[in-house]
Amino acid sequence: MTVSMPLALVAVMVVLYGGGVYLMLDRSLTRVLLGFLMVGNATNLLLFLTSGSFGAAPIVGDADASEMSDPLPQAFILTSIVITFGVSAFMLALIYRSWRLAQHDEDTVQDDDHDLEIAESEVLTTDEVTDEDLAENPEFEFENSPEQAEEETR
Amino acid sequence: MTALVPLVVLIPLAAAALALALPGRRRAQQLITVCALASMVVLSGVFMFVVDSQSTLVMEVGGWAAPFGIALVVDRLSALMLTVSTVVLLGVLLFSLGQGLADGDQETPVSIYYPTYLVLGAGVCNAFIAGDLFNLYVGFEILLVASYVLITLGGTQARIRAGITYVVVSLVSSILFLASIALVYAATGTVNMAQLAVRIAELPSDIQLVLNLALLIAFGIKAAVFPLAFWLPDSYPTAPAPVTAVFAGLLTKVGVYAIIRSQTLLFVESDVNELLLVVAALTLLVGILGAVSQLDIKRLLSFTLISHIGYLIFGIGMASAAGYAATIYYIAHHIIVQTTLFLAVGLVERHGGTTSLNGLGGMLRSAPVIAALFFIPMLNLGGIPPFSGFIGKLGLFNAAAELQTPGAYWLMGVGALVSLLTLYALARAWSLAFWRSKAAALGGPAAPTGQSTEALVLRRREDALLEHLHDAPDARPRQQQRETPRLMIGATSGMVAISLALTVFAGPLYAYATRAGEALTQPQQMVDRVLGDSPDDLGGGSGKTTPATDAGDQP
Repeated sequence: MTVSMPLALVAVMVVLYGGGVYLMLDRSLTRVLLGFLMVGNATNLLLFLTSGSFGAAPIVGDADASEMSDPLPQAFILTSIVITFGVSAFMLALIYRSWRLAQHDEDTVQDDDHDLEIAESEVLTTDEVTDEDLAENPEFEFENSPEQAEEETR
Repeated sequence: MTALVPLVVLIPLAAAALALALPGRRRAQQLITVCALASMVVLSGVFMFVVDSQSTLVMEVGGWAAPFGIALVVDRLSALMLTVSTVVLLGVLLFSLGQGLADGDQETPVSIYYPTYLVLGAGVCNAFIAGDLFNLYVGFEILLVASYVLITLGGTQARIRAGITYVVVSLVSSILFLASIALVYAATGTVNMAQLAVRIAELPSDIQLVLNLALLIAFGIKAAVFPLAFWLPDSYPTAPAPVTAVFAGLLTKVGVYAIIRSQTLLFVESDVNELLLVVAALTLLVGILGAVSQLDIKRLLSFTLISHIGYLIFGIGMASAAGYAATIYYIAHHIIVQTTLFLAVGLVERHGGTTSLNGLGGMLRSAPVIAALFFIPMLNLGGIPPFSGFIGKLGLFNAAAELQTPGAYWLMGVGALVSLLTLYALARAWSLAFWRSKAAALGGPAAPTGQSTEALVLRRREDALLEHLHDAPDARPRQQQRETPRLMIGATSGMVAISLALTVFAGPLYAYATRAGEALTQPQQMVDRVLGDSPDDLGGGSGKTTPATDAGDQP
């Protein structure tokens, strides 16, 4: 049993997308970059697959027009490869700079101090308002109650 | 006339190359940049006049007719966006010139600043004149890559951290956009927007919806609408003041522009208006509530930026000519005013040494000009009559009242509330930074003797305003107070003057926006214009490619 070419490509694309998204969720910035490269290549495959059936090289004179494959997605892919390449180079520089600045052994995403403060505080911080606070400061009641509900989602 | 259309992209790119070739000569770089941007302003103004008095300009690159060639399209909306954007680019550049000259250009590696800034301008303009979806993507990429460089300028720890967030989020949105283009191409076999308008309408409605939502998510991240906006206040405030100003003014609006185009031209039949209205309401509310709880003025303004994107989405979601007209006027107003406010905060930071309200005070006396330059756009953004913010909001509410649906009425209420809260957040910032005494800001004695009870009451009120607000732990330390160069003040004053001009010339401008809005409700005209066979002198598409004896290489 042979797997047709487009189907194999779809399978590769799915694997690349899955692995790429998984890597992008990692804390290590190098893995984020690798994830981006995988997702980028998966998208290139997706673009390639949109050309439908595959045929001869789209060069006038080489083949009959009806047998040619669609050249436009190939042009898209070329553009996209160039962009991905440039951005990856920039990302590498950024990661290197981040690693130098952090002076850690790892190239992980740095913690947001504000997030940490909220996460570590056992009591409610002043950003959060309890019912008692509202009772003490009635003049803030009119605007603080909806605000705080939204604040927690941030 | 159509031959001039690509110049808005070519001029900045050529100038960037030239500036990059002269790395050591700062003066020459500055001259090139100013000249390039000034000529773009003139060119865009001419486009605005020509397009309005005659008709939409369609440029077929290389003489290849749409849908096979690449079409560059300038209609009323594009021309207005081009004009406003180039004016903002020029204003902010003058501001950063002033800042750079005063600081001896020590802070930033200036040899790349001006070229990158020009490339950013090229990307923004390319997105506005793109006549096909892939060219729009390329425009986005040009401006994004330039913005990656600008947001990490100097490479300090805070900027690298913020830059990584920004870059990764932008990359994800770019990939989503590219994948959406692939899906659109797979479904229709074209990326030319005019042809897409015809072919998407022939697709089954569920496929239309999927394509519409895919593009909407990609553009929504760029435009910073509610569930997709959380990267913005984390990344924008750390950049240098002029960079933040130009990002706030232009980058999110390019996303909004793309949403307008996709909703009015590509997905006319696929109706996501209800969703857009809900998203608009949430963006308005969440954004402004974020702003109310901020102590840092830059972060506060970043949140008002998100919030006011909601007004634009509100206008798009109404999907009526009046709604589009109000949105178009509001975009012009918001680009100018939001940029001006960020520039004014740049002045505040320079004069006061910090942007945290904890450390600012007494600036009304020490810097009355800056106080005025912050006060006017503040009232403008808050929507106080007679400023342009009021006119824009009135236009939106009028369109909603015409629509007479429950959703539109709800949005009117939310819009009015957000307008008030904007004014509250900004007025609090203004009164703390400018109005209260310097001693109070620096944490003087708690109950100094010899003060009148009035002063004590005043003091207590000030404390109450600050009570629930705390500095972010990673807030930058107080910087040295520096002299404010005249050019920075001058550039900010110029932007304030332009924002006032939007009010003074609101009549003709709103009429222009109305005509542009009406044109958006008739996508068929655009399709005919791009694909149809129109006489060359009118600047439309020719409909056919003239066979050339030696075929040039066509990208």
